[in-house]
Amino acid sequence: MSIFQELSDREHVFEFLTQVQSPVDVRHGPILYLDDVNVSFDGFKAINNLNLTIDDGELRCIIGPNGAGKTTMMDIITGKTRPDSGSVWFGSRHNLLTMNEPDIASLGIGRKFQKPTVFEALTVFENLELAMAADKRVFPTLTAIMKPEFRDRIDEVLEMIGLKELRDALAGILSHGQKQWLEIGMLLMQKPRLLLVDEPVAGMTEQEMERTAELLTSLAGKQSVVVVEHDMGFVRSIARKVTVLHQGSVLAEGSMDQVSNDPEVIKVYLGEEA
Amino acid sequence: MWLTRPLQERSTQIFLGVLFAALVVVSALHVFMPQDSALYVSSYTVTLLGKYLCYALLAVAVDLVWGYLGILSLGHGAFFALGGYAMGMYLMRQIGDRGVYGDPILPDFMVFLNWQELPWYWLGFDMAWFAFVMVLLAPGILALVFGFLAFRSRVTGVYLSIITQALTFALMLAFFRNEMGFGGNNGLTDFKDILGFDLRTDATRLGLFIATGIALAIGYVVCRGIVTSKLGRVSVACRDAEARTRFLGYRVERVQLFVFVVSAMLAGVAGALYVPQVGIINPSEFSPLFSIEIVVWVALGGRATLYGAVIGALLVNYAKTVFTGVMPDAWLFALGGLFVLVTVFLPKGIAGLLFRKKKADDTSHTPAAQEATA
Repeated sequence: MSIFQELSDREHVFEFLTQVQSPVDVRHGPILYLDDVNVSFDGFKAINNLNLTIDDGELRCIIGPNGAGKTTMMDIITGKTRPDSGSVWFGSRHNLLTMNEPDIASLGIGRKFQKPTVFEALTVFENLELAMAADKRVFPTLTAIMKPEFRDRIDEVLEMIGLKELRDALAGILSHGQKQWLEIGMLLMQKPRLLLVDEPVAGMTEQEMERTAELLTSLAGKQSVVVVEHDMGFVRSIARKVTVLHQGSVLAEGSMDQVSNDPEVIKVYLGEEA
Repeated sequence: MWLTRPLQERSTQIFLGVLFAALVVVSALHVFMPQDSALYVSSYTVTLLGKYLCYALLAVAVDLVWGYLGILSLGHGAFFALGGYAMGMYLMRQIGDRGVYGDPILPDFMVFLNWQELPWYWLGFDMAWFAFVMVLLAPGILALVFGFLAFRSRVTGVYLSIITQALTFALMLAFFRNEMGFGGNNGLTDFKDILGFDLRTDATRLGLFIATGIALAIGYVVCRGIVTSKLGRVSVACRDAEARTRFLGYRVERVQLFVFVVSAMLAGVAGALYVPQVGIINPSEFSPLFSIEIVVWVALGGRATLYGAVIGALLVNYAKTVFTGVMPDAWLFALGGLFVLVTVFLPKGIAGLLFRKKKADDTSHTPAAQEATA
């Protein structure tokens, strides 16, 4: 009887159907897999035999001194830079090295750049509406109507990024931190599987940092999140697993405590800070 | 439906209400008042008001691309004039053998130039439906080709403004030439009737005035429909952060092209209604100065409001009529001075002044604004 009810429920979306929309194969665990990647710019080795594995639903922090190759690594994953050798896989089905930027983005890898750019003349709600995954050609956009499920989705993201109260405020009046959250929200509207977040707390106050930490930790599990950050205090507050990059390759990997006690790491990076 | 959405909106209802009330009042005063009454609206005034309404529609078209898309077109006069020429060609063909030279097919200026037959591009303009379609198509196709090339190459900002200015200037020079077959310097004039109605009668003039009012209402609703749709919000996004919009997956150049073509067509309609009311179309409508004047109306009225463009067009043109009557030489100085004053003291134009208090109340009452400013 209960099976009959379940089958006749027209609102119900079966799991095997939703799988089709998101074809990323994570049955083997990792959602992102970089193997022996090398990039050099005019002889300078920006990435040197880099191996990195991100598990599905993981929150990973990547730290490293300037020039360690953090941004280059993000560029490779999003298709902006092509490596000289190595392989990059998204799930176990998609070879990212054969795809271009828009394709990678539509596959579900969202990237937040350092400097937030939101549409200041539009409200917070409208910013999220424009970012929503939809048919973005001219005529479908002209005739688009705000369906209740879209509204719910936007409200859900507003709740996540803590801007529910500011739903109808112009994005232009938001503080720097709030703009960062809105931008993360705009990424979430595209339903990414993997979020790459570049220095999310640059220029934030202590309070804003705390809320950002909450936001990012709450996202993990549903999405995989990779955070590149300079601020050690912030990394300590969110990190479960930290990867230290140095001269284009992984120097150490583990919990924050493990990493910060690693003599190699102390030598190249933390030593200067502490 | 994106076109009916504006009708449910308060500001559009007010705009349409005021516009239709004005049409009714002017018509009633013209028809029912005795000629010696102080309230009588003369046929001359009706036509003058009709001309203002054409300018208002043109200003709305410019505000659509400038206010909401951030494309400062300094060449919208070209689309206005093309619409006007399409209508003018129809009116010329309607003259038939009543011209000075009495040729049943050729317009007077062609007989004067010793042309033996009608150029191919004049064919079909004896049919009203064909001419009215061309009123939309001629400016629309020019905007499509021009916009396709400009937006595809990502030409924006001041460079685009300069190119639009060059476009209208080039067309002006071309239309000045007699060989072009558009009456050269003198343009097209001596019109007799439209759709069988004599253009010199008061009833036809009143009809054209009302038709212009309705065209303005439709044009306003179309523009409002676009700007209140998701596409309108994407336009604003293109205006403020083009690269970011592209990054979200929108084809910015196609959005720009669509809105630009719609705007050019509206300008064409305005031109087509203008020509039978003023009785002439000549290359001076292509002059760069005229296109700049349109932008001034929009700036004065208030950019990105649409109704501001209407207010600006009506006020400036009324002031122009008064000024050029009293002190013809001072008009350009007055216009320039007005532009400077408004830019400095009313950056949002007259519309900004009207709604400044209301807006301030609106934002300070939302908890959002309070939290954000705190």
